[in-house]
Parts: sequence; C-alpha cells; structure tokens
Amino acid sequence: MTNEAITTQPTYYEEVLRKGYSRRDFVRFVSMMTAFIGLEQSAIGQVTKAMETQQRMPVIWLHFQECTCCSESFIRSSHPIVADILLDKISLDYTETLMAASGTQAEEALKNTMTKYKGKYLLCVEGSVPLGADGVYCMIGGKTSLQILEEASEGAAAIIAWGSCASNGCVQSAKPNPTGATPIHKIIKNKPIIKVPGCPPIGEVMAGVIVHYLTFGRIPELDKLGRPKAFYSKRVHDTCYRRPFYDAGLFVETFDDENAKKGYCLYKVGCKGPSTYNACGVMKWNNGTSYPIQSGHPCIGCSEENFWDNGRLYERGSSFAGFGIESSADTLGKVALGVTGAALLGHAVATNIGKSTFIQEHQEEGKESEKELK
Amino acid sequence: MPNKYLHVHRLRRVYVWELPVRFYHWLNALVILALIVTGFYISDPLALASSKEASATYTMGWFRYIHFAAAYLFFFNFLFRIYWGFVGNKYANWKQFIPTSKRFFKEMWTVFKIDILMLKENGKQQDHLSVGHNAMAGFIYFLSFLAFLVQCLTGFGLYASMSGWWLPKLFAWVPAMLGGDILTRQIHHWSMWFFILFAVIHVYLVFFHDYVEGRGEISSMGGGWKFIEEDVFKNDKHQTPNPEN
Repeated sequence: MTNEAITTQPTYYEEVLRKGYSRRDFVRFVSMMTAFIGLEQSAIGQVTKAMETQQRMPVIWLHFQECTCCSESFIRSSHPIVADILLDKISLDYTETLMAASGTQAEEALKNTMTKYKGKYLLCVEGSVPLGADGVYCMIGGKTSLQILEEASEGAAAIIAWGSCASNGCVQSAKPNPTGATPIHKIIKNKPIIKVPGCPPIGEVMAGVIVHYLTFGRIPELDKLGRPKAFYSKRVHDTCYRRPFYDAGLFVETFDDENAKKGYCLYKVGCKGPSTYNACGVMKWNNGTSYPIQSGHPCIGCSEENFWDNGRLYERGSSFAGFGIESSADTLGKVALGVTGAALLGHAVATNIGKSTFIQEHQEEGKESEKELK
Repeated sequence: MPNKYLHVHRLRRVYVWELPVRFYHWLNALVILALIVTGFYISDPLALASSKEASATYTMGWFRYIHFAAAYLFFFNFLFRIYWGFVGNKYANWKQFIPTSKRFFKEMWTVFKIDILMLKENGKQQDHLSVGHNAMAGFIYFLSFLAFLVQCLTGFGLYASMSGWWLPKLFAWVPAMLGGDILTRQIHHWSMWFFILFAVIHVYLVFFHDYVEGRGEISSMGGGWKFIEEDVFKNDKHQTPNPEN
C-alpha cells in the first residue's frame, strides 16, 4: 500500500454499493443508526452525507485478555451493513479474530496501518491488559499487550474500549486479580477514550458509537464514567417492561414460583437493573429479540464497574466483599446491635454500683421533699 | 434531718434547648425512623400476593415515595441545624460539636472516666457537669453529622438519575466517583446501621443522665428546660466544651 492508496479510499457508500446493497438498504441502515445514536430525524441527512462522502476510516481492533464476546455481539447487530461495511470493509486492517492474514503477514498489516494512517485511525480495544509478571500473561507476536497497546495508541485518533474488560477489567480483574488485568483508561492517558462497557456490549450500541464518530468526526458525549450518554444515561430498571410489578411491590421470590411464571419483577432474586446503566431494555439483543430480564433472568449489572466484585449475582448487593464468607451488612448490623444492647445493660448495672452513693443522695433528697409537701 | 448525706438542692430553671433545636430534634427523629423503615422495605420488600393488576397497586412506589419525601425533609432539616449552629444559643453552637481546643479533648477524657469507667473525680462519684452537651456527646453528634452527610451524598447521588430537578443532580458526581450505583447503594445501606446503633445508645444515655443527675434530661427536649443546682451558679462549676459567650 502506498500513500496514493490512502487518498483514493472508497467512501462508505461506495463500499455499500460494491457489496451489492441497494440505495434503499443504505438509507434504511442510516436511519436506523441515526435513531440508535439518539439523533433526531432531521439528522438522517447529515449521517447519510457523512457516509456518502467520508472515506473509510482505518480501524485497528486489538484483542487482549477477553473472550471475543464483544466481536461476536458486534457482528450480530441487527443490520447486515454493520458487519459487512463497518467491520469487514471499514477496517479489518487488523483484528486477530476476523482478518484473513495471520502471522508475519498480519503483524505487517498492523504496522502498515499504524504508520500510514498515523493520527487518523480508530483504535478499538477488546480486553484488558495484564500488567502482572511483566505482562507475560498475554503476549502476541512476541510482544506484551502493554507494548502493543502503547504502540498502537500512539498514532490513534481516538480509542474505543469495547466491553467490560477494556472498560473496567471484568472477571479477570476480579479480586485478587492474579494477572494484574488493567482497563485501558488506566494505561493510556493522552487520548480520548470511549468506554463501551457490557459483557458484551449491545451490537447496535457498538455500531452506533462508530457511526457517531464517523458522522461528526469526534467522540460522542460521555457521562462521568466515560460512557456514551446516548446509551448509558438510563438505568435498565427505568426502561424495564417489568417495572410496573416493581412499583406494585410484586416480586419473583424464587425462580420456580408462580410469580416467576407471571413475569413479576426480578428485584428480589438479585436483579441489578436498578443500579445498572445500559440500553438493554430499549434496544434489546439479537435484532431486538429479547434481553436477560425478558427471558426471566435478573440483570447481573455487567456494564457496571467491577461487577464481579459487587456482591452476589442472585442477591441484592449487601455482602461485604472480602469480609467474612457470607457476612452481609444486616447480619453485621444485628450483631453490633446485640453487642451494643449487652454493653448498655452492663453499663446500667455498673452505674448503679459505681454511682450508688450519689444516686442514693438524690433519692433521699427527693423523698424528703415529697414528705415536706403537705 | 434523718440522713447524714442529705443536702436539699435549690434548682434553677435553665433554658437549654431553644424551640428551633427541639423542632429540629423531633423532626429529625421522625424522618430518620421513616427513612430506616422504608429503607429496609425497599432493600428487602415483603412477599405480597395480589389478584389485582399490577397497575392497580403501588406498594413499592409508596414506600419509595415516603423514603424520598423524608429524605428531602431530612436534608433541609440538616441544613437548618447547621445554620442554627451559628445563630442559636451557646448550647446549640457549632463549637459544642467540633473540637477546637485542648480543653475539649480533656473534657472528653473526663467524661470517659466518669461515665464509662465509673471512676471518681476529686474524690466524688459525680463531679463533672455539662449543662448542654458534654464534650463526648458533642463529638459523637459531630460524627453523626458526618453520617448524615454520607447518607445525603449517597442517597441523593442514587436519586439524581431519577430526578429532573437540579438539586439532586448536584449529587450526580457521587456514584461516578465511587464507580457506580452498586457500591453507592451498599454504602448507603451500611451507613444506615450507624443511625440504628446511635438511636439505641442515645436513648439509653438520656435515661442514664436523667436517672443519675436528676436534672430533667428526658423532658428537656420537650420544654427546653433543665434544672441546675444553685451551687453550680455560685461556684462557677459550669463546664461547656468551648465557652465563647
């Protein structure tokens, strides 16, 4: 590839046509994406124009400590253009899982993209970076994850941290975090980072984040935890179709009870929906088919920070992480209450002994005064 | 005089707790009780069975509504008490709560010796006197104000995302700083136990002081008066942690 090649990159629209999609398919895709990223209808034109005129953006997609569920989720997003164009055509300059090349060839492709599109490519990272034992827990092509990440982020325009691994470390960083698994934002400080947490994130959300970046040339508006507001500003609880049961106070008590059949709220079997910010209740999964709560399972809060250390999955969190085995705040509270009660009882006894003379004086004084009143 | 100990005291009525302080106290007691009860219910609701449509009942909704309404009262009441710490009488002053002098700590130690270790002071079983809060009590109240603060921060932090009003939104940084609602909620739940333990000890100590000192400790939060021996006025035995007026 030469520099000449860069300037003659096809636009997204050209790629779409070349892939055999019609104009109608393209507009349908654009309308859908516009809605997903939370723009109003009038913005469809803007998104369309961006997709028509902008040259494909090179994307490097790195995989570290992860299970590839983010990639799996992404290629299952509801419109085929997402996979065909955004992933297959945009980029695929380098992604271990889906690229055709391997070995030296693949490393070569990565190096080429990094030098030729310096400062212009989007770096997507799936997985956390193990910092323990000098990074030996995850090495690719003789380099540690940290080295690869640092090299690749150097020339990146922006970084997307896909999934909980890259956003907060996910299961491998759960206590005691033996490999020193570290999320991206704790390593790279000088680049804009979009966190798209979830295990995995919703495919449409992932596509939406990329389309937003392509359309506007900048990262979407983020919340205080660095997540795109368009998808992470509402709690799963607030968009849940079982919410009326919650408000009514009707809950599933066990997974096999009558209430579970009736589709009552899963709050008491540990649903983390009230503490979890994600778009599951609205966008759902697998082409809008369903989402965990709809299939009768409580939300496990997978898009929340350190969700593996946030208490048990099937209980509303009140357990002390790393304290006792099953101690919950309430058990501890009850013990403290018992101890306090016993201490106060002891104090009451001690008072009557230690201050006996003093109390006796008061009592006699009081009785004397009572006698004086005729 | 049948008894050699007998010394009939002359008592003077002292206005210790002003009306705003008493009002604050009882409103606080009421809303904290409501917050604890509804908070427990929200955390672990009862298993209800209903043949009605879900839309026709609103049990959880009501518990949450009372919790949030009580939270607002608690918050503004707390702010009011802070204000009164600057304009109220000397027993309501903020210096009664925050140790700013060596004498404060010395007096805390004295309270510890007399009221907890039951040691004699100057050869007597009960020599120490504070008309308002003693230094130990004042300091514990200061800690409880910190607990109030923790509950306001975490509570309104959790509430922020459900509200359109700017006031709760001021607290949106709290869950963000703690790394999410799950931990924030747990802190909110754990801290609640401080209030329960505090209430138990507080009520016990009110009875303790009333019983031992006989100055009307229990009723003082009703009418505002305590009854103090005339000797205290004469001999200048009065102690207050940070006398400034």
